Amino acid sequence: MAHHRIPLVLLACGSFNPITNQHMRLFELAKDHMHRTGKYQVVGGIVSPVSDSYGKQGLVPSKHRIAMAKLALQSSNWVRVDEWESQQQDWTETVVTLRHHYGRILEEYKQNTGAHTNSSGNTAPLTSPSLSLKLLCGADFLNTFQIPGLWLDEHVDEVAGQFGLVCISRGGLQPERTVHESDILSRHQQNIYLVKEWVKNETSATEMRRALRRGLSVKYLIPDCVIDYIHQHSLYTEDSERKNTGAVLRPLTKQVYQPPVDSVDD
Amino acid sequence: MFDCSVNPAVESGMEAHNKTPVVLLSCGSFNPITNMHLRMFELARDHLEGSGQYTVVKGIISPVGDSYKKKGLIEATHRLEMARLATESSDWITVNSWEIDQPQWLETVKVLRHHSEELRAVGKKGDEVDLDKYGKKRRVSRSRLSSSPQLQRVVPQVMMLCGADVLESFGIPNLWKPEDIVEIVGRYGVVCITRSGNNIHKFIYQTDVLWKLCRKIHVVHEWVTNDISATHVRRALRRGQSVKYLVPDPVLSYVQEHNLYSSESENKNADVVLAPLQINSGASLS
Repeated sequence: MAHHRIPLVLLACGSFNPITNQHMRLFELAKDHMHRTGKYQVVGGIVSPVSDSYGKQGLVPSKHRIAMAKLALQSSNWVRVDEWESQQQDWTETVVTLRHHYGRILEEYKQNTGAHTNSSGNTAPLTSPSLSLKLLCGADFLNTFQIPGLWLDEHVDEVAGQFGLVCISRGGLQPERTVHESDILSRHQQNIYLVKEWVKNETSATEMRRALRRGLSVKYLIPDCVIDYIHQHSLYTEDSERKNTGAVLRPLTKQVYQPPVDSVDD
Repeated sequence: MFDCSVNPAVESGMEAHNKTPVVLLSCGSFNPITNMHLRMFELARDHLEGSGQYTVVKGIISPVGDSYKKKGLIEATHRLEMARLATESSDWITVNSWEIDQPQWLETVKVLRHHSEELRAVGKKGDEVDLDKYGKKRRVSRSRLSSSPQLQRVVPQVMMLCGADVLESFGIPNLWKPEDIVEIVGRYGVVCITRSGNNIHKFIYQTDVLWKLCRKIHVVHEWVTNDISATHVRRALRRGQSVKYLVPDPVLSYVQEHNLYSSESENKNADVVLAPLQINSGASLS
Protein backbone atom coordinates (compact mmCIF):
# COMPACT_ATOMS: atom_id res chain seq x y z
CA MET A 1 0.00 0.00 0.00
CA ALA A 2 1.80 3.09 -1.21
CA HIS A 3 -0.43 5.56 0.50
CA HIS A 4 1.47 8.78 0.92
CA ARG A 5 0.85 10.95 3.89
CA ILE A 6 1.22 14.70 3.55
CA PRO A 7 4.12 16.02 5.62
CA LEU A 8 2.69 18.51 8.08
CA VAL A 9 4.30 21.22 10.16
CA LEU A 10 2.34 22.78 13.03
CA LEU A 11 2.83 26.45 13.87
CA ALA A 12 1.69 28.00 17.14
CA CYS A 13 1.58 31.79 17.45
CA GLY A 14 1.04 33.56 20.75
CA SER A 15 2.61 35.46 23.61
CA PHE A 16 4.15 32.48 25.42
CA ASN A 17 4.32 34.75 28.44
CA PRO A 18 5.52 32.37 29.79
CA ILE A 19 5.40 29.06 27.92
CA THR A 20 3.59 26.38 29.97
CA ASN A 21 3.31 22.60 29.86
CA GLN A 22 -0.15 23.14 28.41
CA HIS A 23 1.27 24.93 25.35
CA MET A 24 3.48 21.97 24.65
CA ARG A 25 0.65 19.58 25.39
CA LEU A 26 -1.32 21.15 22.52
CA PHE A 27 1.41 20.04 20.12
CA GLU A 28 1.32 16.47 21.42
CA LEU A 29 -2.47 16.29 21.16
CA ALA A 30 -2.45 17.76 17.67
CA LYS A 31 0.23 15.37 16.49
CA ASP A 32 -1.65 12.30 17.74
CA HIS A 33 -4.87 13.56 16.19
CA MET A 34 -3.40 14.40 12.79
CA HIS A 35 -1.69 11.03 12.59
CA ARG A 36 -5.02 9.37 13.24
CA THR A 37 -6.56 11.05 10.21
CA GLY A 38 -4.31 8.80 8.13
CA LYS A 39 -3.65 11.73 5.81
CA TYR A 40 -0.83 13.53 7.52
CA GLN A 41 2.60 12.84 8.89
CA VAL A 42 3.54 15.49 11.44
CA VAL A 43 7.19 16.30 10.77
CA GLY A 44 7.72 19.36 12.94
CA GLY A 45 6.34 21.96 15.28
CA ILE A 46 7.19 25.64 15.55
CA VAL A 47 6.60 27.93 18.52
CA SER A 48 6.57 31.53 17.31
CA PRO A 49 6.40 34.08 20.14
CA VAL A 50 4.82 37.42 19.25
CA SER A 51 6.98 40.54 19.09
CA ASP A 52 7.09 43.11 21.87
CA SER A 53 5.13 45.61 19.76
CA TYR A 54 2.00 43.50 20.18
CA GLY A 55 1.11 45.72 23.15
CA LYS A 56 -0.47 43.09 25.37
CA GLN A 57 -0.71 43.76 29.08
CA GLY A 58 2.07 42.18 31.13
CA LEU A 59 4.08 41.10 28.08
CA VAL A 60 7.72 40.69 29.14
CA PRO A 61 10.52 41.32 26.59
CA SER A 62 10.71 38.76 23.80
CA LYS A 63 14.32 37.83 24.62
CA HIS A 64 13.02 36.33 27.86
CA ARG A 65 10.00 34.69 26.25
CA ILE A 66 12.25 33.17 23.59
CA ALA A 67 14.78 31.98 26.16
CA MET A 68 12.07 30.34 28.24
CA ALA A 69 10.51 28.63 25.23
CA LYS A 70 13.91 27.31 24.19
CA LEU A 71 14.55 25.92 27.66
CA ALA A 72 11.10 24.35 27.78
CA LEU A 73 11.48 22.68 24.39
CA GLN A 74 14.89 21.20 25.10
CA SER A 75 13.15 17.97 25.98
CA SER A 76 11.12 17.81 22.78
CA ASN A 77 12.52 16.10 19.72
CA TRP A 78 10.12 17.67 17.23
CA VAL A 79 8.98 21.10 18.42
CA ARG A 80 11.32 24.11 18.29
CA VAL A 81 11.26 27.86 18.76
CA ASP A 82 11.54 30.33 15.89
CA GLU A 83 12.57 33.93 16.52
CA TRP A 84 11.60 35.43 13.18
CA GLU A 85 8.25 36.82 14.28
CA SER A 86 9.59 38.23 17.54
CA GLN A 87 12.40 39.98 15.69
CA GLN A 88 10.15 41.96 13.36
CA GLN A 89 10.01 45.68 14.04
CA ASP A 90 6.24 45.79 14.11
CA TRP A 91 3.64 43.22 15.05
CA THR A 92 3.21 40.72 12.23
CA GLU A 93 -0.15 39.42 11.05
CA THR A 94 -0.40 35.69 11.68
CA VAL A 95 -1.00 35.10 7.98
CA VAL A 96 2.30 36.83 7.18
CA THR A 97 4.09 34.60 9.69
CA LEU A 98 2.46 31.56 8.10
CA ARG A 99 3.55 32.68 4.61
CA HIS A 100 7.10 33.26 5.83
CA HIS A 101 7.41 29.83 7.39
CA TYR A 102 5.71 28.07 4.52
CA GLY A 103 8.15 29.60 2.05
CA ARG A 104 11.04 28.63 4.25
CA ILE A 105 10.07 25.02 4.92
CA LEU A 106 9.03 24.48 1.31
CA GLU A 107 12.52 25.55 0.27
CA GLU A 108 14.04 23.15 2.80
CA TYR A 109 11.75 20.39 1.66
CA LYS A 110 12.56 20.94 -2.02
CA GLN A 111 16.26 20.88 -1.28
CA ASN A 112 15.96 17.67 0.72
CA THR A 113 13.83 15.84 -1.81
CA GLY A 114 15.70 17.42 -4.74
CA ALA A 115 19.02 16.27 -3.37
CA HIS A 116 17.56 12.82 -3.02
CA THR A 117 16.30 12.42 -6.57
CA ASN A 118 18.18 14.99 -8.60
CA SER A 119 21.43 16.37 -7.29
CA SER A 120 21.79 19.18 -9.85
CA GLY A 121 18.45 20.93 -10.03
CA ASN A 122 16.61 22.58 -7.17
CA THR A 123 13.61 23.23 -9.41
CA ALA A 124 12.71 19.58 -9.69
CA PRO A 125 8.93 19.28 -9.69
CA LEU A 126 7.35 17.96 -6.56
CA THR A 127 5.78 14.62 -7.21
CA SER A 128 5.11 13.55 -3.66
CA PRO A 129 2.24 14.97 -1.65
CA SER A 130 2.73 18.65 -1.11
CA LEU A 131 3.89 20.02 2.17
CA SER A 132 1.37 21.38 4.61
CA LEU A 133 1.68 24.05 7.29
CA LYS A 134 -1.21 24.50 9.67
CA LEU A 135 -1.88 26.90 12.48
CA LEU A 136 -2.16 25.18 15.86
CA CYS A 137 -4.33 26.90 18.39
CA GLY A 138 -6.48 26.52 21.48
CA ALA A 139 -10.20 27.13 21.31
CA ASP A 140 -9.83 30.54 22.94
CA PHE A 141 -7.69 31.53 19.98
CA LEU A 142 -10.43 30.44 17.58
CA ASN A 143 -12.75 32.84 19.38
CA THR A 144 -10.47 35.77 18.57
CA PHE A 145 -11.62 35.47 14.96
CA GLN A 146 -14.89 36.93 16.20
CA ILE A 147 -13.40 40.01 17.87
CA PRO A 148 -14.06 42.99 15.61
CA GLY A 149 -10.92 44.53 14.16
CA LEU A 150 -8.53 41.85 15.37
CA TRP A 151 -8.53 39.94 12.10
CA LEU A 152 -9.07 41.06 8.51
CA ASP A 153 -11.57 38.85 6.71
CA GLU A 154 -9.18 38.10 3.87
CA HIS A 155 -6.59 36.97 6.40
CA VAL A 156 -9.00 34.61 8.12
CA ASP A 157 -9.89 33.32 4.67
CA GLU A 158 -6.25 32.69 3.81
CA VAL A 159 -5.33 31.18 7.20
CA ALA A 160 -8.24 28.73 7.14
CA GLY A 161 -8.32 28.16 3.39
CA GLN A 162 -4.70 28.11 2.24
CA PHE A 163 -3.13 26.75 5.40
CA GLY A 164 -5.69 25.24 7.73
CA LEU A 165 -6.26 25.09 11.46
CA VAL A 166 -5.78 22.49 14.15
CA CYS A 167 -7.75 23.61 17.15
CA ILE A 168 -7.65 21.96 20.58
CA SER A 169 -10.82 22.46 22.57
CA ARG A 170 -10.49 23.31 26.23
CA GLY A 171 -12.94 23.53 29.07
CA GLY A 172 -16.35 24.83 28.16
CA LEU A 173 -15.58 26.57 24.90
CA GLN A 174 -17.40 25.33 21.87
CA PRO A 175 -15.19 25.49 18.82
CA GLU A 176 -17.87 23.81 16.69
CA ARG A 177 -20.18 26.72 17.40
CA THR A 178 -17.49 29.27 16.59
CA VAL A 179 -16.91 27.64 13.22
CA HIS A 180 -20.64 27.42 12.61
CA GLU A 181 -21.20 31.07 13.43
CA SER A 182 -18.51 32.30 11.06
CA ASP A 183 -19.25 32.23 7.33
CA ILE A 184 -15.58 32.24 6.44
CA LEU A 185 -14.63 29.47 8.86
CA SER A 186 -17.54 27.25 7.84
CA ARG A 187 -16.57 27.68 4.19
CA HIS A 188 -13.24 26.04 5.07
CA GLN A 189 -14.61 23.52 7.51
CA GLN A 190 -12.83 20.57 5.87
CA ASN A 191 -9.55 22.33 6.57
CA ILE A 192 -10.28 22.93 10.25
CA TYR A 193 -9.40 20.04 12.56
CA LEU A 194 -11.05 20.19 15.96
CA VAL A 195 -9.34 18.09 18.60
CA LYS A 196 -11.10 17.25 21.86
CA GLU A 197 -8.95 17.35 24.91
CA TRP A 198 -10.42 14.90 27.37
CA VAL A 199 -8.16 15.88 30.21
CA LYS A 200 -9.41 19.17 31.52
CA ASN A 201 -6.50 21.52 31.83
CA GLU A 202 -7.00 25.16 32.62
CA THR A 203 -3.36 26.10 32.87
CA SER A 204 -3.01 29.47 31.20
CA ALA A 205 -0.10 31.87 31.09
CA THR A 206 -2.34 34.45 32.80
CA GLU A 207 -2.88 32.10 35.74
CA MET A 208 0.83 31.32 35.85
CA ARG A 209 1.71 35.03 36.06
CA ARG A 210 -0.90 35.51 38.76
CA ALA A 211 0.54 32.65 40.85
CA LEU A 212 4.11 33.82 40.29
CA ARG A 213 3.54 37.39 41.40
CA ARG A 214 1.73 36.08 44.48
CA GLY A 215 4.63 33.79 45.34
CA LEU A 216 2.62 30.60 44.82
CA SER A 217 4.02 27.41 43.34
CA VAL A 218 3.75 26.74 39.61
CA LYS A 219 5.85 23.59 39.76
CA TYR A 220 4.61 20.79 37.48
CA LEU A 221 2.67 23.34 35.38
CA ILE A 222 5.78 24.92 33.91
CA PRO A 223 9.06 23.03 33.33
CA ASP A 224 11.58 23.37 36.19
CA CYS A 225 14.18 25.00 33.95
CA VAL A 226 11.69 27.75 33.02
CA ILE A 227 10.79 28.33 36.69
CA ASP A 228 14.50 28.70 37.49
CA TYR A 229 14.87 31.21 34.66
CA ILE A 230 11.88 33.21 35.90
CA HIS A 231 13.32 33.41 39.41
CA GLN A 232 16.80 34.26 38.17
CA HIS A 233 15.46 37.21 36.20
CA SER A 234 12.62 38.13 38.61
CA LEU A 235 10.33 38.14 35.62
CA TYR A 236 6.74 38.22 36.75
CA THR A 237 5.86 40.83 39.35
CA GLU A 238 3.07 43.30 39.97
CA ASP A 239 5.21 45.80 38.08
CA SER A 240 5.70 43.66 35.01
CA GLU A 241 1.98 42.94 34.92
CA ARG A 242 1.27 46.67 34.62
CA LYS A 243 3.27 46.89 31.40
CA ASN A 244 1.17 48.03 28.44
CA THR A 245 -1.78 48.75 30.73
CA GLY A 246 -4.31 50.69 28.75
CA ALA A 247 -2.40 50.20 25.50
CA VAL A 248 -4.37 49.23 22.43
CA LEU A 249 -3.38 45.92 20.88
CA ARG A 250 -1.28 46.58 17.80
CA PRO A 251 -3.53 44.60 15.44
CA LEU A 252 -6.38 46.96 16.30
CA THR A 253 -4.43 50.03 15.18
CA LYS A 254 -2.46 48.45 12.36
CA GLN A 255 -5.47 47.01 10.62
CA VAL A 256 -7.81 49.96 10.63
CA TYR A 257 -11.20 48.60 11.41
CA GLN A 258 -14.15 49.87 9.46
CA PRO A 259 -17.39 48.96 11.15
CA PRO A 260 -20.37 48.14 8.99
CA VAL A 261 -22.26 51.40 8.19
CA ASP A 262 -25.50 50.36 9.83
CA SER A 263 -23.97 49.74 13.22
CA VAL A 264 -22.31 53.10 13.75
CA ASP A 265 -25.12 54.58 15.80
CA ASP A 266 -27.05 53.10 18.69
CA MET B 1 -21.06 29.18 54.34
CA PHE B 2 -20.27 25.65 55.42
CA ASP B 3 -16.57 26.21 55.19
CA CYS B 4 -15.17 26.42 58.66
CA SER B 5 -11.58 25.74 57.67
CA VAL B 6 -10.99 29.18 56.26
CA ASN B 7 -8.41 31.27 58.02
CA PRO B 8 -7.73 29.15 61.09
CA ALA B 9 -4.82 31.40 61.98
CA VAL B 10 -7.09 34.29 62.78
CA GLU B 11 -9.33 32.16 64.96
CA SER B 12 -6.61 30.61 67.02
CA GLY B 13 -4.54 33.77 67.23
CA MET B 14 -1.32 31.86 66.66
CA GLU B 15 1.85 33.80 66.24
CA ALA B 16 4.24 33.34 63.37
CA HIS B 17 6.98 31.81 65.52
CA ASN B 18 4.99 28.84 66.71
CA LYS B 19 3.69 27.44 63.49
CA THR B 20 2.75 23.79 63.64
CA PRO B 21 5.05 21.63 61.52
CA VAL B 22 3.10 19.37 59.19
CA VAL B 23 3.96 16.27 57.19
CA LEU B 24 1.59 15.57 54.31
CA LEU B 25 0.86 11.93 53.58
CA SER B 26 -0.71 10.87 50.31
CA CYS B 27 -1.91 7.29 49.91
CA GLY B 28 -3.07 5.82 46.62
CA SER B 29 -2.28 3.59 43.69
CA PHE B 30 0.07 5.96 41.84
CA ASN B 31 -0.51 3.76 38.82
CA PRO B 32 1.33 5.69 37.45
CA ILE B 33 2.17 8.85 39.34
CA THR B 34 1.17 11.93 37.33
CA ASN B 35 1.97 15.63 37.47
CA MET B 36 -1.39 16.13 39.16
CA HIS B 37 -0.40 13.98 42.14
CA LEU B 38 2.68 16.14 42.57
CA ARG B 39 0.72 19.32 42.00
CA MET B 40 -1.58 18.45 44.92
CA PHE B 41 1.38 18.60 47.28
CA GLU B 42 2.36 22.05 46.03
CA LEU B 43 -1.20 23.35 46.35
CA ALA B 44 -1.55 21.93 49.86
CA ARG B 45 1.73 23.42 51.02
CA ASP B 46 0.90 26.88 49.64
CA HIS B 47 -2.50 26.74 51.29
CA LEU B 48 -1.34 25.56 54.74
CA GLU B 49 1.62 27.92 54.87
CA GLY B 50 -0.52 30.75 53.55
CA SER B 51 -2.76 30.35 56.59
CA GLY B 52 0.15 31.44 58.74
CA GLN B 53 -0.50 28.57 61.11
CA TYR B 54 1.53 25.75 59.62
CA THR B 55 4.86 25.02 58.11
CA VAL B 56 5.00 22.01 55.82
CA VAL B 57 8.23 20.14 56.41
CA LYS B 58 7.78 17.07 54.28
CA GLY B 59 5.54 15.25 51.86
CA ILE B 60 5.25 11.47 51.76
CA ILE B 61 3.93 9.45 48.87
CA SER B 62 2.88 6.00 50.02
CA PRO B 63 1.87 3.73 47.14
CA VAL B 64 -0.62 1.00 47.99
CA GLY B 65 0.51 -2.64 48.01
CA ASP B 66 -0.37 -5.14 45.28
CA SER B 67 -2.83 -6.82 47.62
CA TYR B 68 -5.17 -3.86 47.17
CA LYS B 69 -6.38 -5.73 44.06
CA LYS B 70 -7.46 -2.74 42.05
CA LYS B 71 -8.15 -3.29 38.37
CA GLY B 72 -5.11 -2.61 36.23
CA LEU B 73 -2.80 -2.20 39.24
CA ILE B 74 0.70 -3.04 38.10
CA GLU B 75 3.46 -4.35 40.39
CA ALA B 76 4.36 -2.17 43.35
CA THR B 77 8.04 -2.20 42.48
CA HIS B 78 7.31 -0.36 39.24
CA ARG B 79 4.91 2.09 40.88
CA LEU B 80 7.41 2.78 43.62
CA GLU B 81 10.25 3.34 41.18
CA MET B 82 8.17 5.71 39.04
CA ALA B 83 7.21 7.72 42.13
CA ARG B 84 10.89 7.92 43.10
CA LEU B 85 11.82 9.14 39.64
CA ALA B 86 8.99 11.68 39.68
CA THR B 87 10.02 13.17 43.01
CA GLU B 88 13.72 13.46 42.20
CA SER B 89 13.23 17.10 41.27
CA SER B 90 11.45 17.96 44.50
CA ASP B 91 13.31 19.04 47.62
CA TRP B 92 10.52 18.11 50.02
CA ILE B 93 8.34 15.34 48.54
CA THR B 94 9.53 11.82 49.34
CA VAL B 95 8.42 8.28 48.58
CA ASN B 96 7.99 5.68 51.27
CA SER B 97 7.79 1.93 50.73
CA TRP B 98 6.57 0.90 54.19
CA GLU B 99 3.00 0.39 53.01
CA ILE B 100 3.90 -1.79 50.03
CA ASP B 101 6.29 -3.81 52.18
CA GLN B 102 3.40 -5.01 54.35
CA PRO B 103 2.20 -8.56 53.68
CA GLN B 104 -1.39 -7.47 53.18
CA TRP B 105 -3.45 -4.43 52.37
CA LEU B 106 -3.59 -1.93 55.21
CA GLU B 107 -6.23 0.58 56.13
CA THR B 108 -5.08 4.15 55.52
CA VAL B 109 -5.44 4.93 59.21
CA LYS B 110 -2.72 2.38 59.97
CA VAL B 111 -0.39 4.07 57.51
CA LEU B 112 -1.08 7.40 59.20
CA ARG B 113 -0.41 5.84 62.62
CA HIS B 114 2.85 4.34 61.42
CA HIS B 115 4.21 7.61 60.06
CA SER B 116 2.98 9.53 63.07
CA GLU B 117 4.74 7.10 65.44
CA GLU B 118 7.88 7.25 63.36
CA LEU B 119 7.95 11.03 63.63
CA ARG B 120 7.33 10.88 67.36
CA ALA B 121 10.23 8.44 67.78
CA VAL B 122 12.49 10.73 65.80
CA GLY B 123 11.30 13.70 67.87
CA LYS B 124 12.19 11.88 71.11
CA LYS B 125 15.71 11.27 69.91
CA GLY B 126 15.97 14.98 69.40
CA ASP B 127 17.06 14.63 65.81
CA GLU B 128 15.97 16.61 62.88
CA VAL B 129 13.16 15.25 60.83
CA ASP B 130 14.67 12.53 58.75
CA LEU B 131 14.56 13.54 55.14
CA ASP B 132 17.81 11.81 54.30
CA LYS B 133 16.32 8.42 53.75
CA TYR B 134 15.37 9.08 50.18
CA GLY B 135 18.12 11.44 49.27
CA LYS B 136 16.51 14.66 50.45
CA LYS B 137 18.76 16.82 52.56
CA ARG B 138 16.76 19.46 54.25
CA ARG B 139 17.28 20.03 57.90
CA VAL B 140 14.35 21.28 59.79
CA SER B 141 15.70 23.90 62.10
CA ARG B 142 16.56 22.50 65.51
CA SER B 143 15.51 25.65 67.22
CA ARG B 144 11.98 25.13 66.09
CA LEU B 145 11.72 21.43 66.68
CA SER B 146 13.97 20.32 69.44
CA SER B 147 16.22 22.90 71.01
CA SER B 148 14.23 23.46 74.17
CA PRO B 149 14.00 20.14 76.01
CA GLN B 150 12.08 21.65 78.91
CA LEU B 151 9.24 22.43 76.55
CA GLN B 152 7.36 19.70 74.87
CA ARG B 153 9.02 18.99 71.58
CA VAL B 154 6.99 19.88 68.56
CA VAL B 155 6.56 16.69 66.63
CA PRO B 156 5.24 17.30 63.13
CA GLN B 157 1.60 16.57 62.71
CA VAL B 158 0.78 14.08 59.95
CA MET B 159 -2.15 15.06 57.76
CA MET B 160 -3.76 13.05 55.02
CA LEU B 161 -3.57 14.72 51.62
CA CYS B 162 -6.27 13.73 49.16
CA GLY B 163 -8.57 14.83 46.39
CA ALA B 164 -12.25 15.54 46.89
CA ASP B 165 -13.07 12.14 45.38
CA VAL B 166 -11.35 10.38 48.30
CA LEU B 167 -13.16 12.48 50.88
CA GLU B 168 -16.42 11.73 49.09
CA SER B 169 -15.58 8.02 49.12
CA PHE B 170 -16.09 8.18 52.90
CA GLY B 171 -19.75 7.90 51.97
CA ILE B 172 -19.38 4.61 50.08
CA PRO B 173 -20.64 1.72 52.24
CA ASN B 174 -17.96 -0.72 53.46
CA LEU B 175 -15.05 1.13 51.88
CA TRP B 176 -14.09 2.81 55.16
CA LYS B 177 -14.72 1.80 58.76
CA PRO B 178 -16.62 4.57 60.58
CA GLU B 179 -14.12 4.59 63.45
CA ASP B 180 -11.27 4.96 60.93
CA ILE B 181 -12.91 8.05 59.46
CA VAL B 182 -13.16 9.58 62.92
CA GLU B 183 -9.51 8.86 63.61
CA ILE B 184 -8.22 10.01 60.22
CA VAL B 185 -10.07 13.30 60.37
CA GLY B 186 -10.21 13.93 64.11
CA ARG B 187 -6.79 12.83 65.19
CA TYR B 188 -4.72 13.61 62.11
CA GLY B 189 -6.60 15.97 59.85
CA VAL B 190 -7.19 16.07 56.14
CA VAL B 191 -6.08 18.42 53.39
CA CYS B 192 -8.51 18.04 50.54
CA ILE B 193 -7.89 19.48 47.09
CA THR B 194 -11.06 20.34 45.25
CA ARG B 195 -11.91 21.70 41.81
CA SER B 196 -13.69 25.00 41.68
CA GLY B 197 -16.99 23.54 40.49
CA ASN B 198 -17.08 20.73 43.02
CA ASN B 199 -19.10 21.28 46.16
CA ILE B 200 -17.16 19.40 48.77
CA HIS B 201 -18.42 21.77 51.45
CA LYS B 202 -21.91 20.47 50.87
CA PHE B 203 -20.71 16.89 51.23
CA ILE B 204 -19.05 17.77 54.53
CA TYR B 205 -22.21 19.53 55.68
CA GLN B 206 -24.35 16.51 54.78
CA THR B 207 -22.12 14.01 56.58
CA ASP B 208 -22.58 14.20 60.35
CA VAL B 209 -19.17 12.90 61.34
CA LEU B 210 -17.35 15.22 58.95
CA TRP B 211 -19.46 18.19 59.98
CA LYS B 212 -18.50 17.59 63.61
CA LEU B 213 -14.82 17.44 62.70
CA CYS B 214 -14.81 20.01 59.94
CA ARG B 215 -12.24 22.19 61.68
CA LYS B 216 -9.76 19.43 60.89
CA ILE B 217 -10.55 19.43 57.17
CA HIS B 218 -8.59 21.92 55.12
CA VAL B 219 -10.27 22.47 51.80
CA VAL B 220 -7.95 23.79 49.09
CA HIS B 221 -9.44 25.20 45.93
CA GLU B 222 -7.62 24.32 42.77
CA TRP B 223 -8.43 27.31 40.59
CA VAL B 224 -6.40 26.05 37.68
CA THR B 225 -8.00 22.72 36.97
CA ASN B 226 -5.52 20.08 36.01
CA ASP B 227 -7.46 16.91 35.65
CA ILE B 228 -4.74 14.38 34.89
CA SER B 229 -6.03 11.07 36.20
CA ALA B 230 -3.83 8.00 36.19
CA THR B 231 -6.72 6.20 34.47
CA HIS B 232 -6.48 8.64 31.59
CA VAL B 233 -2.72 8.27 31.40
CA ARG B 234 -3.00 4.46 31.25
CA ARG B 235 -5.64 4.69 28.56
CA ALA B 236 -3.51 7.00 26.43
CA LEU B 237 -0.46 4.78 26.93
CA ARG B 238 -2.13 1.57 25.84
CA ARG B 239 -3.52 3.40 22.81
CA GLY B 240 -0.10 4.67 21.88
CA GLN B 241 -0.98 8.32 22.46
CA SER B 242 1.37 10.87 23.93
CA VAL B 243 1.36 11.53 27.67
CA LYS B 244 4.31 13.89 27.57
CA TYR B 245 3.83 16.85 29.93
CA LEU B 246 1.22 14.86 31.89
CA VAL B 247 3.79 12.74 33.69
CA PRO B 248 7.41 13.72 34.38
CA ASP B 249 9.83 12.79 31.58
CA PRO B 250 11.81 10.26 33.68
CA VAL B 251 8.54 8.42 34.42
CA LEU B 252 7.68 8.37 30.74
CA SER B 253 11.06 6.88 29.88
CA TYR B 254 10.62 4.25 32.59
CA VAL B 255 7.16 3.29 31.28
CA GLN B 256 8.50 2.90 27.75
CA GLU B 257 11.59 1.02 28.85
CA HIS B 258 9.54 -1.54 30.79
CA ASN B 259 6.55 -1.59 28.43
CA LEU B 260 4.32 -1.02 31.41
CA TYR B 261 0.76 -0.25 30.39
CA SER B 262 -1.06 -2.45 27.91
CA SER B 263 -4.55 -3.90 27.43
CA GLU B 264 -3.23 -6.94 29.23
CA SER B 265 -2.05 -5.06 32.30
CA GLU B 266 -5.35 -3.20 32.41
CA ASN B 267 -7.20 -6.49 32.83
CA LYS B 268 -5.29 -7.42 35.93
CA ASN B 269 -7.62 -7.93 38.90
CA ALA B 270 -10.57 -7.41 36.55
CA ASP B 271 -12.98 -9.55 38.53
CA VAL B 272 -11.46 -9.25 41.96
CA VAL B 273 -13.16 -7.42 44.82
CA LEU B 274 -11.13 -4.55 46.31
CA ALA B 275 -9.37 -5.58 49.52
CA PRO B 276 -11.17 -3.04 51.75
CA LEU B 277 -14.54 -4.24 50.49
CA GLN B 278 -13.57 -7.85 51.19
CA ILE B 279 -12.43 -7.03 54.69
CA ASN B 280 -15.06 -4.52 55.75
CA SER B 281 -18.13 -6.34 54.49
CA GLY B 282 -17.64 -9.22 56.93
CA ALA B 283 -20.58 -11.24 55.60
CA SER B 284 -18.86 -11.83 52.29
CA LEU B 285 -16.83 -14.76 53.59
CA SER B 286 -17.72 -17.78 51.61
